[in-house]
Amino acid sequence: MSNSPPPAPTTDDMRGMFRTMTLIRRFEERASEEYMAGRIGGFLHLAIGEEAAVVGTVSALRPDDPLTSTYREHGQALARGSDPRRIMAELLGRATGLCGGRGGSMHLMDRERSFYGGYGIVGGAVPLALGLAWAARYRGGDQVAVTMFGEGAANQGVVSECFNMAGLWDLPIVFLILNNQYGMGTPVERAAPTEDFYPRATAYDIHSWKVDGMDVLAVRAAVAEAARLARDERRPACVELLAYRYRGHSMSDPDTVRAADEKERWQARDPLMTFERVLLGEGIMDAGTIAEMRAEVDGVVDDATAFARESPEVPVDQLAQNVYASPWNDDARGSALVRA
Amino acid sequence: MSAEGADITYRDALNQALREEMLRDESVFLMGEDIGRFDGAFKVTRGLLAEFGEERVVDTPITEAGFTGLGIGAAMAGLRPVIEIMTVNFALVAMDQIISNASKIRYMFGGQVSVPMVIRMPGGAGHQLSAQHSHSLEAMFTHVPGLKVVVPATPEDAKGLLKTAIRDDDPVIFLESEGLYGKKGPVGGEDDLVPFGQAVVRRAGDACTVIAHSRMVWVALAAAEQLAKQGIEVEVIDPRTFRPLDLGTLADSVQRTSRAVVVDEGWPECGIAAGIAAHLYEACFDWLDAPIGRVNSADVPMPYARNLEQAAIPQPHDVVAAVLAAMGRQVPA
Repeated sequence: MSNSPPPAPTTDDMRGMFRTMTLIRRFEERASEEYMAGRIGGFLHLAIGEEAAVVGTVSALRPDDPLTSTYREHGQALARGSDPRRIMAELLGRATGLCGGRGGSMHLMDRERSFYGGYGIVGGAVPLALGLAWAARYRGGDQVAVTMFGEGAANQGVVSECFNMAGLWDLPIVFLILNNQYGMGTPVERAAPTEDFYPRATAYDIHSWKVDGMDVLAVRAAVAEAARLARDERRPACVELLAYRYRGHSMSDPDTVRAADEKERWQARDPLMTFERVLLGEGIMDAGTIAEMRAEVDGVVDDATAFARESPEVPVDQLAQNVYASPWNDDARGSALVRA
Repeated sequence: MSAEGADITYRDALNQALREEMLRDESVFLMGEDIGRFDGAFKVTRGLLAEFGEERVVDTPITEAGFTGLGIGAAMAGLRPVIEIMTVNFALVAMDQIISNASKIRYMFGGQVSVPMVIRMPGGAGHQLSAQHSHSLEAMFTHVPGLKVVVPATPEDAKGLLKTAIRDDDPVIFLESEGLYGKKGPVGGEDDLVPFGQAVVRRAGDACTVIAHSRMVWVALAAAEQLAKQGIEVEVIDPRTFRPLDLGTLADSVQRTSRAVVVDEGWPECGIAAGIAAHLYEACFDWLDAPIGRVNSADVPMPYARNLEQAAIPQPHDVVAAVLAAMGRQVPA
């Protein structure tokens, strides 16, 4: 566990990365269908278009590097190896879900895989990652904490506070600004005076740069270098990943504001298509193995969906479970924690 | 109860608790503004930087949301951070971290992680610090499931409750009183923990139950002295923690006295006194001989001028008046 994954993936790595990107795409499409059918409630934010950013990042990390994300985090959980059945069950609010149906789409966590969660307040999880980095260093470990957030979050004050502390204390953390160019419906140019966000971290003495977030190999190389800086040189790093989400902000956004030609322009650089061409060109996969992989992934998504639909609801008598670690919380209803 | 029997201040009692728990458990570290080289704005952390070093006593930039969130993340990883927010007033800029993250992470993620942290902060009025530096925000924190809320009134409780808080596996909001740091009293030893959810009777009586916490305990006791001179013996009870709340002890007393007054330095609307009164109406309706009285700070932002500030904060004579009203007596002119 002492070494980081190398910046250049093996051919096996590349096949695995392509499978994970395909799994995320298919999982998100299925989640969208389940939402439209009324089986998923609340908000549902899809990562379609951002697969390279997610998979390139996770593939460059060690499995024990703690990772935090936003509410658009199904992909991170899948990339970390969480069971697709339990992710879909969480989306459907079932007892078998990754978080027992308490979190839903926005709040997946898989602690066994050092995925420390999806969070619903823009920018709010970034200091948590700073704390995970702090804990790693405090214990003398060489883990690197990694936090993914959007360019919208970069405008939140607490993110600047974290840049400052990371730079001041040289914490082993990688900030990943996934710039998908829209904060809900507001384009970046209406939200920030500059086109680039990574220089904000530079201002706090953090080594920072920008890469094409639609190119999974470029993302992996950049995140690997950032993780190396944090792990081996004990310096924080920041990488801005320029990408594009294909769907609206969430399922409740019909996405009528963004121009069609803009979407077409970005979809022409689709991260899956781009990577498929690389794999075919280098002879790492062929049409047959790709079709086989897609069928296998479809089977995984079908199975996850069936599992989720068949899973039991959460017993209502467990409503107050886990509000507190203390045992006396379990009977709490109404006025929690009153000892009568 | 102190080893040497000598009384120490509330400030030093907190310092002892921090030091003992840091010696006991290496996962405990302190973080906050000016807590190291400066010994803390109220000198609670005096000497700890020299003893434990910069990794465990961490001076931060002025960045409450950031370092509170950092503490939450470190707690998720299993450390036991004790975060000092210089005063409760500055907790308002960290409220998103406290409410959206600290209080919810265990529940929201199905119990996969806990947040074993303490957020210490002093509050209260009385030093002419005016509107932005005089808050009593107990009610705001007590409103939130997932937090524990602790409000010590004595050096013994300050020490014993802080030790319990540090060993607790949930996020604990530990509200100290700026007005009590110099208060002296006995304290317990290394192994004397004060449990959460156990109210204590500060003065026994049968005429009326007076419920008060933190600095208001001393205001209530002063009022009890004045009332005793009129032959009225009130029972003063200190809940010590609001989450969990020891409603049993409060209700037992009220069912004996049939009267209650709740004293609370916070504002009246949806406040601590209001919440406790609601519990007591539900638990003691058939026993009550009079409406439950509430003594709160005035429903205004805290003024600067000394006379106005004193008029705004609960005073012993306000408690006396509320008890007399509950007993159907006239307030002496």
